[in-house]
Amino acid sequence: MKCRVCRGPAVIDLKRHNANFCHEHFVAHCEEQVRRAIHHFSMLAPGERVLVAVSGGKDSLAAWDILTRLGYPAEGLYLGLGIDAYSDDSLAAARAYAEPRGLTLHVVDLAETHGFTVPGAAAVTRRSPCGACGLAKRHEFNRVARDLGFAVVATGHNLDDEAAVLLGNTLRWETDYLARQHPALPAGRGFARKIKPLYRLGEREMAAYCVLEKIDYQVDECPMAAGNRHLGYKETLNELERRSPGSKAAFLFGFLDRMLPLLDPAAHAEAADVHPCTECGEPTTGDVCAFCRLRERAATA
Amino acid sequence: MKVLLRNPRREIEVEGITSVAALLGHLDLNPESVLVIVGDELVTNDAPLAPDAEVEIRPVISGGAA
Repeated sequence: MKCRVCRGPAVIDLKRHNANFCHEHFVAHCEEQVRRAIHHFSMLAPGERVLVAVSGGKDSLAAWDILTRLGYPAEGLYLGLGIDAYSDDSLAAARAYAEPRGLTLHVVDLAETHGFTVPGAAAVTRRSPCGACGLAKRHEFNRVARDLGFAVVATGHNLDDEAAVLLGNTLRWETDYLARQHPALPAGRGFARKIKPLYRLGEREMAAYCVLEKIDYQVDECPMAAGNRHLGYKETLNELERRSPGSKAAFLFGFLDRMLPLLDPAAHAEAADVHPCTECGEPTTGDVCAFCRLRERAATA
Repeated sequence: MKVLLRNPRREIEVEGITSVAALLGHLDLNPESVLVIVGDELVTNDAPLAPDAEVEIRPVISGGAA
C-alpha cells in the first residue's frame, strides 16, 4: 500500500477515508482533523489555555500531544480512581509522557481528596463502577479546572466513543442525553467549557498515532470496564464498519449536522435549572449534587 | 511465528500464515478493532509476514461510557 499523499510506503490503511498514509502524512491527517474540529465548533481561541483530562490511555495522551503541536498551551489533569495496579500504571504512563516533554501534569487522587475510590463507591451503591467513575470525572474535571483558572477542559473522546454513546442513547431515545452530546459544551452557570477535539478521529487512528509517535500509553483495558454495555456497542458498530466502511462517521456526523440542532432547546431548558450544590458549590440540578451524595454514601461504608 | 495478544496478555504460535489479512482472518479478528505491529513497526493489512516474524496484535477498543 502507498501513501495517498506522497506515494511512499504506507503504515496505516483507513478504509473510512479510502486512504493509506505514511507516518508523516498520517500525523498531518490527525492534526488536520483536530484543527477542523476546533474550527467547526469554535472550541478554542488561538493560543487559548486548555486543561486536558488525561487517563494515561491512548486517546487523552494523543489529544494532549496534538493540542500542544497545534500551539495550544495545554496542561494535563490525572484523576486517581483507586483501581489498584491499573491506576498506578495509568499514572505512570501519564507521567512518562509529560515529564520528558516538560509539560505540566496535575494529579488529584480521589481517595486522598474525597475519601473514597471508584471500586469502593461501586460496592457501596451496588451500581456500575463506570457510573461512579464517570460521575467522579465530570465533577473533578470541572472543579479542578475552575480552581486552576482554566476556562476549558478537553477530553479524549474519539469518534468511536461518541458513536457508541449515540447508539446507546438512541436505542433508549434518551433525548436529554442526546441534546447534550455536543463536541463543545459552552461554559456558564459554574461549568467550564468542555470540548472533544478528537471526535473526528477513530480510536484505531489514536492508537496508531501513539505507536508512531512513540507515546507509551496504558494498553491494558480497565478491569472495571470489562464486558460493559458501552464496549458492546463499540463491537457492534465495528462489525457494521467492517461491512460498510464509513458507517460510524456517517452516524455521528449526520447526528451532529442534522439532528442535534433540533434538540438544542432541550439542552438550554436543562441548563436553566442549574445552581450551586449546597455542599461543594459545583453546579447541579438538585440541592446536593450527585457527587457529594456518592461521597457521603461511600465515606460512611 | 510468535503472536502477542492482549487483554489478557498471552503469546501464541501460528504457522502457515503469510499476510496480516490472513492472520486476522485466522484469528477471527475485525481489522477495525486492532493494530498490527511487527517488530516495532506498524503495518497495513496487506503486509506480508515472514515465518519468523514477531507480531503484536493490539486491540484499540477501550473505555467506559464516561
